[in-house]
Amino acid sequence: MREAWLPLAVLIALGAAPLLGFGGSYETTLMARTMILGMAAVSLSFLVGGAGLASLGHAASVGVGAYAVAILDAHGVTEAARVLPVAVGAAAVFSLATGAIAIRTSGVHFIMITLAFGQMAFFTASSLAAYGGDDGYTLYSRTEVLGTRLLEDRLAFHYICLGALALTWAVCAMLLASRFGRVLRAARENAQRVEAVGLAPYSFRLVGYVLAGAMGGLAGFLLANATEFVSPASLSWQRSGELLFMVILGGAGRLWGAILGALAFVLLETWLAQQMQHWKLVFGPLLVLAVIFLRGGLSGLVARRHG
Amino acid sequence: MAEPLLRLDGLRKHYGGLAVTDGVSLEVLPGEIHAVIGPNGAGKTTLIHEITGIVAPDEGRVVFAGQDVTRFSLPRRVRAGLARTFQITSVVAGFTARANVALAAQARSGSSFRFFRPAASERRLNDAAMQALAEVGLADRADTPAGALSHGEKRALELAIALATEPRLLLLDEPLAGAGPEETERLIALLTRLKSAYTILLVEHDMQAVFALADRISVLVYGRVIATGTVAEIRGNPEVRAAYLGEDGA
Repeated sequence: MREAWLPLAVLIALGAAPLLGFGGSYETTLMARTMILGMAAVSLSFLVGGAGLASLGHAASVGVGAYAVAILDAHGVTEAARVLPVAVGAAAVFSLATGAIAIRTSGVHFIMITLAFGQMAFFTASSLAAYGGDDGYTLYSRTEVLGTRLLEDRLAFHYICLGALALTWAVCAMLLASRFGRVLRAARENAQRVEAVGLAPYSFRLVGYVLAGAMGGLAGFLLANATEFVSPASLSWQRSGELLFMVILGGAGRLWGAILGALAFVLLETWLAQQMQHWKLVFGPLLVLAVIFLRGGLSGLVARRHG
Repeated sequence: MAEPLLRLDGLRKHYGGLAVTDGVSLEVLPGEIHAVIGPNGAGKTTLIHEITGIVAPDEGRVVFAGQDVTRFSLPRRVRAGLARTFQITSVVAGFTARANVALAAQARSGSSFRFFRPAASERRLNDAAMQALAEVGLADRADTPAGALSHGEKRALELAIALATEPRLLLLDEPLAGAGPEETERLIALLTRLKSAYTILLVEHDMQAVFALADRISVLVYGRVIATGTVAEIRGNPEVRAAYLGEDGA
C-alpha cells in the first residue's frame, strides 16, 4: 500500500482542486469525466488484473446504467433512491445474463464474446427510437436526491464522483483481498489448481463479473448525470477498448493503476485535441508506444521506484 | 476384509478403436499404499483422469467411500475427500507457499464466498496451512513465492496443499517425476512418513520407490490390470516380468 501514494495524491488533488481555483465549469467537467472513467476502469481492472477476465464489453454495463437513467427520466422517474438501484441492478442483471455464457469460454474467445454482447447492447440502444435512437437522449434534468437538486450543484457533484471513485477502489481492493478474491486470483494463474482443492472457478468468476458490472452501472449512472445526455456511443466497443486501454496503460497488476490510466488518458486526449485537428493520428501511436515501453504500466513505473 | 475406500468397477474408455481403459477393476483398502505401475502407453494417465473426474469413462463405476462418484466433477470429488497431486507440478506460482496451502484450507473450512475480511489475516487458515507445511518439511519456506521454490520443494508444497484439503485418499500422480536423486530420496522419506497417516493411491514410474513404499501393486498393461498383489507377489509374477519388468526382472 506504501507504493499507492501516487493515486492517493491524485485523489487528494482532485478533492482540493475546486478549492484551489479549479472549480470552474470546464475544469469540473473534465475532472468528472476522469473520475467516472476511472471508476469504470478500476472495476474493469478488478476483472482483468484480479480475475484474469479481459472483457472487451465493459462499456456495455456502463451504458446499461446510463440508459437506465435516461429511460426512467423519459417516464418521469428522477429520484435517485429509485434510479440508482435500477441503474446498478440493470447493469448487474445484464452482466449476469451475458457473463453466464461468456465465462464458459476463456482467452481470445472470452474477449470476442464479451465484444459481441457489447455490440448487441450497442445496437439495441441505437434502435430505441423512443429514447433517441442513434441520436441519443438528453435528460430533462439531473437525477434528484431525496427530492433535492443536489446533483445540479457543481461542487456537490464533484465530491460525489470523487467519493464514488474512492469507494469503487476500496471495494475492489477489499474483494481481491478476501477469501473470494483469493480464489479469483488463484484461478487467474492456475484454474486447475483451484479445482484440485475442491472449488469450481466458474461460480467465483461469474460473481466477480456481476460485481464489476454493477460498479460499471454506478459509473453509468454518474456519467448520464455528468453529461445530462446518453447515447449509444457510451456502450460502443471503442469505449470498451478505451477502458481496457486505461487499465493496461495504468498497469493491470494494480487496481489503482486504472486511476492513473484514466487520468493520463483524459489529460492526453484533452491536451492533444487542443494542439491540433488530427490529434488522433498522434494519440494512437502514443498509446501503442506506451504499452510497448511501459511494462507494468504507469503503476509499475511508480512501484519500481520504490524498489 | 475391510470395505475398500476406492473401488473401480469395470472401467472402460475407448478413443476411436483404441481401448485405453479396458475393463479396469481395482480396490484401494483403507490405510494402504496401493501403487499402479505400467509401461508407457498402458493407460495410467487416462485411468487417473477417470478417477479424478477429468475424463468420463464409457462404462463402469468409480465408487469412493461407499458413494458412486462416477458423474462427479473434479472439485466435487475433492470435496468428498479425494485429493490429488499432478504429474506436472501445479501450484499458484504468484502466491506464497503459505497462501497456496491456505487456499486449500479455506476450501475445507466454510464458504469461500466471503467478501469482506482479508483472507491473509485469517488465523485459522494460516494455522492450518502452517501445519500442513510443517508436515512436509516446508515450514521455513512459508513466505517464499511458490514460483521461487525448487522442483522438489514444489512437489512437497503440492503434497501440503493436498493434505490441507483433509483427504481420505491421496492420489499421487508420479510424485517423483523429474526429481533428481537427492530430491527423490527426500520425497521417498516424506512419503514414508505420510504412509502411516493416509491411504494413498500411487501412480509411479520409479520401480525402486514403488517397491519401497507400496503395500500392494496393480500392474496395468494395455489398459488392463494383469496382476494385483504384494510387492513379493508382483516381483515373482512371470506374466508381469514378461510384460513389464523384462526377463531379468528388478
